[in-house]
Amino acid sequence: MNKLTVFGLCIVGFFMVIAIFAPIIAPYNPGQIDIKNILTAPSYSHIFGTDSLGRDLFSRMVYGTRISLMVGFIAVGIASLIGIALGAMAGYYGKWVDVIIMRFIDIMLCFPTFFLILAVIALLEPSIINIMIIIGATSWMGMARLMRAEILSLKERDFIYAERAIGASDLRIIARHLIPNAMAPVLVSVTLGIAGAILVESSLSFLGIGVQPPTPSWGNILSEGKAVMGAGWWMMVFPGLAIFITVLGYNLLGEGIREKLLKS
Amino acid sequence: MTMHLELLKIDSLHKTFKKHKVTAVDNASFSIFKGEVLGLVGESGCGKSTLAKLILRLIDADKGSIFYKNKDLLKISNGDMRKARKDLQIIFQDPYASLDPSMRIGEVIEEVYSIHKNVSWHERKNKTIELLETVGLGESYLNRLPSELSGGERQRAGIARTLATDPEFIICDEPVSSLDISIQAQILNLLIELQKRKNLTYLFISHDLGIIASVCDRVIVMRSGKFVEEGQCEAIFINPKHDYTKELLTSSIGFLDKKPK
Repeated sequence: MNKLTVFGLCIVGFFMVIAIFAPIIAPYNPGQIDIKNILTAPSYSHIFGTDSLGRDLFSRMVYGTRISLMVGFIAVGIASLIGIALGAMAGYYGKWVDVIIMRFIDIMLCFPTFFLILAVIALLEPSIINIMIIIGATSWMGMARLMRAEILSLKERDFIYAERAIGASDLRIIARHLIPNAMAPVLVSVTLGIAGAILVESSLSFLGIGVQPPTPSWGNILSEGKAVMGAGWWMMVFPGLAIFITVLGYNLLGEGIREKLLKS
Repeated sequence: MTMHLELLKIDSLHKTFKKHKVTAVDNASFSIFKGEVLGLVGESGCGKSTLAKLILRLIDADKGSIFYKNKDLLKISNGDMRKARKDLQIIFQDPYASLDPSMRIGEVIEEVYSIHKNVSWHERKNKTIELLETVGLGESYLNRLPSELSGGERQRAGIARTLATDPEFIICDEPVSSLDISIQAQILNLLIELQKRKNLTYLFISHDLGIIASVCDRVIVMRSGKFVEEGQCEAIFINPKHDYTKELLTSSIGFLDKKPK
């Protein structure tokens, strides 16, 4: 592993720890309003300062880490399930199954994803669950293609013929033998996908149609900060940095895994 | 040896790969009798392996029929075929490609038991160890990955998987051609010993006439998808009728020095 990958892994690990231990790390209740301390600059008692309602920004950031990472993970989880299942089916069964799934992927890729998400959110209500589902449902295509390509090369290998010869069912061959052996490149896509999903969630929340206040997420803290940009620089700098560093971390980790796979 | 029960009867089996316009198997017809070792010899690319995969329905035949105990394997449903696979097995050429790289040797064999449910759940582990010992591996191989095994050991593990279904008929598709010379004899001896002990029937595919001569009872000579000669092993080697067989024999000078068993 090179140094950048290790760095990426550290970032990823760091934010995971923060998300898991949020209640222990956060010094204040993230929803606690304090009218006397509105928009105070970073100080010893509020290390990231306070927001326009006097809430402790550091505590909100810590809880926001939870939300942002959760959205990233679950959205990518949904995308992986769809992508892996459809990609594996297309690759294994071939023929008309492949044609239908691949054309469907082409159609999905035609849509400008972000605006599709905007349109769907406008119809549904912007809850965390809806956001996770929608991000997941619009970002599985790359994984499906990767999976299909891997399966195409794997299914002609002798050990798959051997499985058929001993009487293994299609489902067993796909789930137990093809997918596990095809997972490595998909893992890269998953890691990069988490970065993408965190970005999309932040963008949506920034536009006010993502995670709704008072639940904190990096995106909506940033959005609240925009309104008081001149008076409280800390409201934009800290969430912006958090998004930037996290996305950087996942991208470095993803690239590191990719490099490692190319070598082996 | 009782050689009269017709175990497998292949009738005008045909396969053309449309993409490449290659007729890999052209109207192949032959029978295999219970307990015999039938050799299939021919140069590489002549359709031997395709024929093997056709017989086990691992690839679809264009036409023809495969009667196993008077039942046409090409006409039964996928579900019935999966059950029938228990009796018909194959050993592959390349032991590096024929084992799932992510599965431990014990899991590979136990999987067969869980598919066919021919061994009760709590007996599986003992049976697996027993089987590994039969093929010359031991309990210590249970938790090893294929990547931790040598070519010969992998081929033994492959043979163990094949035996796990307790088959009657095994296609040996060039089982030793990718192994070191020193290992080849060991694996061949294991296969012969198993065949005698369990009264198995083999279709033994090879391009090596020496091996065919030492293992097989009867032999079929194949060239670009067609059968050119068929007969008792000795008869064909001593008195070949077809020009191609003669050509094969002269091109492998010295094979007769190896003593047929």
